[in-house]
Amino acid sequence: MTPVAQTINGWTRKVPAWPLYILAVIPPALLFYKGVVGTLGIDPVKEMEHQIGLYGLQVLIATMCVTPLRRFTGINLIKYRRALGLITFFYITCHLSVWLFLDVQIWSQIWADIVKRPYITIGMGAFILMIPLAVTSNNWSIRKLRKNWTKLHKLIYPAVLLGGIHFLLLRKGIQLEPLIYLTIIVVLLVLRLPPIAQRRTARA
Amino acid sequence: MGFKPDLTRHDVTPKGLYLNRRQIMAGAGGLALAGLGGRRAMAQDLEPNTLEEISGYNNYYEFGTGKDDPAKYAHMLTTSPWSIEVGGMVDKPGDYSMEDILSGVDIEERIYRFRCVEAWSMVIPWNGFELNQLLEQVGVQSGAKYVAFETAYRPDEMPGVKFPVVEWPYVEGLRLDEAMHPLTIMATGIYGEPIPNQNGAPIRLVVPWKYGFKSIKSIVKITLVDEEPPTTWNKANAREYGFYSNVNPTVDHPRWSQATERVIGGGIFAARKDTLMFNGYEDQVASLYEGMDLSENY
Repeated sequence: MTPVAQTINGWTRKVPAWPLYILAVIPPALLFYKGVVGTLGIDPVKEMEHQIGLYGLQVLIATMCVTPLRRFTGINLIKYRRALGLITFFYITCHLSVWLFLDVQIWSQIWADIVKRPYITIGMGAFILMIPLAVTSNNWSIRKLRKNWTKLHKLIYPAVLLGGIHFLLLRKGIQLEPLIYLTIIVVLLVLRLPPIAQRRTARA
Repeated sequence: MGFKPDLTRHDVTPKGLYLNRRQIMAGAGGLALAGLGGRRAMAQDLEPNTLEEISGYNNYYEFGTGKDDPAKYAHMLTTSPWSIEVGGMVDKPGDYSMEDILSGVDIEERIYRFRCVEAWSMVIPWNGFELNQLLEQVGVQSGAKYVAFETAYRPDEMPGVKFPVVEWPYVEGLRLDEAMHPLTIMATGIYGEPIPNQNGAPIRLVVPWKYGFKSIKSIVKITLVDEEPPTTWNKANAREYGFYSNVNPTVDHPRWSQATERVIGGGIFAARKDTLMFNGYEDQVASLYEGMDLSENY
């Protein structure tokens, strides 16, 4: 382990995970406040919807970085991983709520969108995959489910991939930003393929 | 032309007021309506967007794909001198300078609904002239059936063209009867001022019954042709964007519904509004498409 990793691990022993839950409320609260007072630009609903969705994808990617970071650098952030996962779910729930209540508003159209629009179907699919993960992100579930808990939580892999595709598809034309996110996601998934994951573990 | 738009210059907030229109509208509403006896019922709930909204929320991918990118970067575009190369099946082809063009046309104010294919909308008080005036000036030959338009392509002045989001330069087209229709204008101003660069300076097309991307900006080339010309979004994704692209609440975009729209400027709790057939210009333009299957020719 490098000295940098040792220093970081020394810090993280002292810093608990719970403040993350409090800090995480700030970005969506700020977005909502700005939306209400009218300082969120010319199209505040889209801004809120897209920004909170992007936060969700970013925190999800951060969650996915925890394991490879430990494997390749020795930096251990595992104690924050549950918080990151739950914050992702919170953000995506906010994203979905803005879409439902402020953007589309019309229930018949919402249902039609979910069924007929591939990017919305894909986004909803990712959200549904995350529900059992959020529900079982606690010590009691880990004890109850034992080995199945690890299996169940592999659902995050399809969920993040669907999230990245959802982002790519909702833009008009093929755009750079979602492609960058999708590339990062694919790299993080490839790092979990048995040949790569096992080789590095063996060497360490 | 016997055409009378359903919105008149009386629908425009006076220039001195539009910048802080929202504070003033509540009080002035009754007064304004009193002077507008002849206006059609549908027009009465139309309120032009502020200049800030119109010039701060744009799709102009030559300057970037973000809605605020055009406002940030479009100042880089040199809009004077400017000329349009008119060619193809016309009697008088050639380079027409802005001065040449403007000397032969009548500029008037047109308050039009503007409906983006992305399901948002605004109301914009354009200043411009009917495209048919320019076409008459250059003399359309009898075999011409379509008009092709092209936007300026200037990598030095357009940071967005580095990315192949769509194929550059941006091109659009209309059937000749659509181009000759009195609702179809070439806009050179908004709210009585020269059109902001991000809105397509110095001269752009406005076809109010079609989705916004048909109303091509910063035009440098107009060609009269006898076959349907290629159009940028149709080339990029033919399944999603047809040549006609008329506003039609009954024909959905493959990725979202076109039945309703978000009205820009309503705040976060504003209700969506039903999208109108041909964006509310059905009476004037439906006859152009008689006998056509609009779900086939989307």
